[in-house]
Amino acid sequence: MTQIAVIDYGMGNLHSVSKALEAVSQKENIVITSDQEVIKASDKLVFPGVGAIKDCMEAFSIDLKETVLEEVKKKPTLAICVGMQMLLESSEENGGVEGLGLLNGKVCKIQSNKDIKVPHMGWNQVNYLKEHFLLKNIIDSSYFYFVHSYCCPSSKDALTETIHGEKFVSSFAKDNIFAVQFHPEKSQSAGLQLYKNFLNWSV
Amino acid sequence: MSVAKRIIPCLDVDKGRVVKGVNFLNIRDAGDPVEIAKRYDTEGADEITMLDITASHETRDTTYKTVESIASQVFIPLTVGGGVRKIEDIKKLLRSGADKVSINTSAVENPSFVKEAADKFGSQCIVVAVDAKAKTDKENSWEVVTYGGRNRTGKDVLEWTEQVAEYGAGEILLTSMDRDGTKEGFDNNLVSKVSSGISIPVIASGGVGNLDHLIDGVKIGGAEAVLAASIFHFSEFSIKEAKEAMKASGITVRF
Repeated sequence: MTQIAVIDYGMGNLHSVSKALEAVSQKENIVITSDQEVIKASDKLVFPGVGAIKDCMEAFSIDLKETVLEEVKKKPTLAICVGMQMLLESSEENGGVEGLGLLNGKVCKIQSNKDIKVPHMGWNQVNYLKEHFLLKNIIDSSYFYFVHSYCCPSSKDALTETIHGEKFVSSFAKDNIFAVQFHPEKSQSAGLQLYKNFLNWSV
Repeated sequence: MSVAKRIIPCLDVDKGRVVKGVNFLNIRDAGDPVEIAKRYDTEGADEITMLDITASHETRDTTYKTVESIASQVFIPLTVGGGVRKIEDIKKLLRSGADKVSINTSAVENPSFVKEAADKFGSQCIVVAVDAKAKTDKENSWEVVTYGGRNRTGKDVLEWTEQVAEYGAGEILLTSMDRDGTKEGFDNNLVSKVSSGISIPVIASGGVGNLDHLIDGVKIGGAEAVLAASIFHFSEFSIKEAKEAMKASGITVRF
């Protein structure tokens, strides 16, 4: 049986991620875990994250970080929100934090003004730059739910973009890694379809 | 395009049942919160807010169970408020499946609680609910009230919302206690003053009686989201009808 590990390093809304996966799974075993052996034995990984990036990075023990880095390099992985940001090169949040560097790009603060509210909170359109298996059966420019104050303005690994004042990268794809700034687990039918695609994805 | 304006149906829950009263009196039973949340999700609600209006120690476990049950069946954001006093309360609600937690009285009584909560869980899940009442002696001026409007705090609404935004609140749920339950429409003057003073999103609440009121909240008040309860509970209007009306008036909404 295919096993999906939702990586628990103490941060992130794991409950809603695993509930959404369970809602679309047919036969997969979904586990929330921080156990390195379970992570190594899993077939696919989900890497969530919520809150401040520095806290997320610090919540990671050195051992767990090494295991996750090794496993993310070779298994189909879905990274969400701050989990996604952690895979990039760096973030200017919390006075500057180094990322894991698996995806190209840097994270910057979203600029607010009278019309552009920060956090960018709510439903916004995800516009395709390329095709990808994880976007299958989801119409281009569908609405997904976002909540974030930092974003990556551009990346060589960009798959989709979204506009909030300025354009930013709303999802990334590189080899076995798929990473999203939005929350598919909160994006109703479009989000559930994305989780379904992830379960059906083979790299 | 930009971020869509949100329609948020609100469930006022008392001892596990959805209720809605005029100015918090005269409470009418509107049904099971889980069933209602599912209906709103299907109709296209952008989020759901649930306020535990009993918020007593005895009924707290019922609240966590209701939150868990909604969160496992409804895949849109869920905000929960009512009786949130300690960091531990927030942790329990988030663990039960809430995406955001709304703080009201405890923020007024201890403003540093907002800061502590935002530092610990991130601004994205901290909503500060502000109940406002117009000052009788001064125009364009509102006072923060608590305990369903029974207690005047002396705090100025505009100053208070600026302060909590600075303390890390991610969003303001702004209710006009003068309009709540009246069906006369939002106090758009209040919404507009608050919204233009801060850079975080403002949810307008209190007074919706028809679909034009929702449109006015966005167009006149400048709200990022509009919240309503009774017009949806008793099926006077569906969420879909509300969205169609907003779209027809030129507002960006999600379908």
